[in-house]
Amino acid sequence: MAHRFRRLISWEGFLLLMLVITIVLNSTLAPAYLRLDNWINLFELSIEKIIVALAMTFIIINAEIDLSVASVMGLSAGVIAWLHQAGVSFPIAIIVALAVGMLCGAFNGFWISFAGLPALVVTLATMIMFRGGARVLLEDHSVGDFPEWFNLMGQQPMIGPIPLSLILFALFVIIAVVVLQYSGFGRYVYVIGNSKDVASYSGIKVRRVKMILFTMSGFVAAVAGVLYAARLGAVRGDTALGFELDIITMVLLGGVSIFGGSGSIYGVLLAILIVLNLRNGMSLANLTGHLQTGAIGVLLILSVLLPNMATYVRSTLDRRRYARLPQETAV
Amino acid sequence: MSKLQRRIQPGQLRELVLIFLIIMMMVFFSTQIENYFSPRFFNRVSTSVALIAVVAVGQTLVVLSRNIDLSVGSIVGFTAYVVGQQLAHNNELAPLSVVLMAVGIGALMGGLNGVLVAYGGVPSIIVTLGTLAIFRTILVEISGAQTVLTKDLPQWILELPQRNMFSMGGLDLRLMVALALLVVIVFSLLLRYTAYGRRLYAIGSNPEAAKIAGFRSQLIVFIAFVLSGALAGLAGFMFIARFGNITVVAGLGIELESVAAVVVGGVSINGGTGTVFGTLLGAILINVLEQSLIRWLSISEFWRDFLLGFLILLAVATDSLIMNRIRNLWAQNTLQLLAEPAEAGEFVTKGREDNGS
Repeated sequence: MAHRFRRLISWEGFLLLMLVITIVLNSTLAPAYLRLDNWINLFELSIEKIIVALAMTFIIINAEIDLSVASVMGLSAGVIAWLHQAGVSFPIAIIVALAVGMLCGAFNGFWISFAGLPALVVTLATMIMFRGGARVLLEDHSVGDFPEWFNLMGQQPMIGPIPLSLILFALFVIIAVVVLQYSGFGRYVYVIGNSKDVASYSGIKVRRVKMILFTMSGFVAAVAGVLYAARLGAVRGDTALGFELDIITMVLLGGVSIFGGSGSIYGVLLAILIVLNLRNGMSLANLTGHLQTGAIGVLLILSVLLPNMATYVRSTLDRRRYARLPQETAV
Repeated sequence: MSKLQRRIQPGQLRELVLIFLIIMMMVFFSTQIENYFSPRFFNRVSTSVALIAVVAVGQTLVVLSRNIDLSVGSIVGFTAYVVGQQLAHNNELAPLSVVLMAVGIGALMGGLNGVLVAYGGVPSIIVTLGTLAIFRTILVEISGAQTVLTKDLPQWILELPQRNMFSMGGLDLRLMVALALLVVIVFSLLLRYTAYGRRLYAIGSNPEAAKIAGFRSQLIVFIAFVLSGALAGLAGFMFIARFGNITVVAGLGIELESVAAVVVGGVSINGGTGTVFGTLLGAILINVLEQSLIRWLSISEFWRDFLLGFLILLAVATDSLIMNRIRNLWAQNTLQLLAEPAEAGEFVTKGREDNGS
């Protein structure tokens, strides 16, 4: 019981509290908020970002970062549009787009794990490069006219009121939880994030794990890019531009340490729920997109600053108490 | 060999490699593009380098201390807009006070980053990712999506980009370029010869050791962020002069350009190594590449970003490959001078492992 309680005062407990506060505030703000269709809508509006956030969790726990995800999303969406324009049959176009995403991820992984370059540098360069790739394919026009079923896939509910993207997200969540929290591979991800040297001395194939993670990240980003194309019904060269910041924010807010080795999928899921609900609530209160982004920026900083300050206050109080102790117990 | 070694340090060699890369690139493009080495091209590259270099110098200080400042783009945009608005309202403002205002606003914003990172103990990537959004939001809110227009600005600032320090055979040294060079020189000296600069390196290479040695790490990191903000503010001023029309999205993406210049320039993202001069070379490399690709007729303009990203990656990869080789050679030679051959072999393999990680 005691350790259960202790677990609640952890980061996840804090996030849970934040989530409850947001939900209560939102539901007093607008009665429509608690309706199921609003909840599905709130997920759908950023479903692509939260899918990629799951993959990003693995990468950041592994003490790396992938800035190129949004560009991979744009590129894979671009590949679909380009192939469609060239008359290739649509299912094949989707498969090629997913393969291109995986290749992009593997390309990142190669430079990071085998050439030993820092991930921040590599993915910064490939972010420019893959975005450039999308622009090469689409130049400056917008490509639409996708087959009816593809657009329906992105926009219409599939099972009951739930659209395909949400089902995929749920599937990815289950896979992510099982792999990261309950599998040997997941343990490797944590160990490498804590210390690459310790991991390689204990016989973990660090390079291979990193390679797998980045390839996976590219693949997931490509899936998200395809879903985004289906939802919007049109693709341009700047599709998904700048999404990486939102994605990384969600992961960091979820308590994943930027230095790697700690954090969990559960925390990230809570953070995703908070961000989505906060944005939704602010929209219901007629606050515009920019204010929402700013509020999430404040939240991101506070989420790390407040626990730090609490620790500081506690240690100062402790020090004072110890300072008084010797007078009582002095020999 | 040993004589040469004593002359040139590995760090300087890295800069020589960069200069070599820039020259190779220019030679290549001069065979591809007619009339490549024109004065106009020189001016265009130098003015675009000037703005990025000023921001990148600030970024260098922050990265040296094992931090990162992603908010510089928003700071450039914010100061450019706010100062531009003041200028548009009151054309009589003295040039010096305008510059000071821009630098001051930038320093304040950098100070906020610095307080949160150094004293709040929040990782810099989180703080500056947050302030990147926050500063931009404040800008959008206070501006009401209005634009500062060129026609409202006083004449002197619009003429500033064309002002020359001196011309030499058609090559002009623009005032803004001179300003950027001054910044590079001042901060080069600061990093190389002042106690503050050396401590910044010490903190970056080993924060714990620096703390144990008694450095006031928090203050030093705080000042690095203030300086980065102040330089971003100065770049904001240069932004007004260069572009005139300032919208709320001014300076978007400068943070990535400055980080790219820093890492291409050989400053380690893990702190502790690199120079301001290297950063300048990084900024020059990227800008020459960008401007040359614009003029290269055999590729469409849409290929530009793709090639740029690829070549940045290639530059960093070659650099790290060459540097690792050279460092190993260095260690080998030094140890051969110092120790018995058998022992030297042992040490060399150890050195190689360290470099590989």
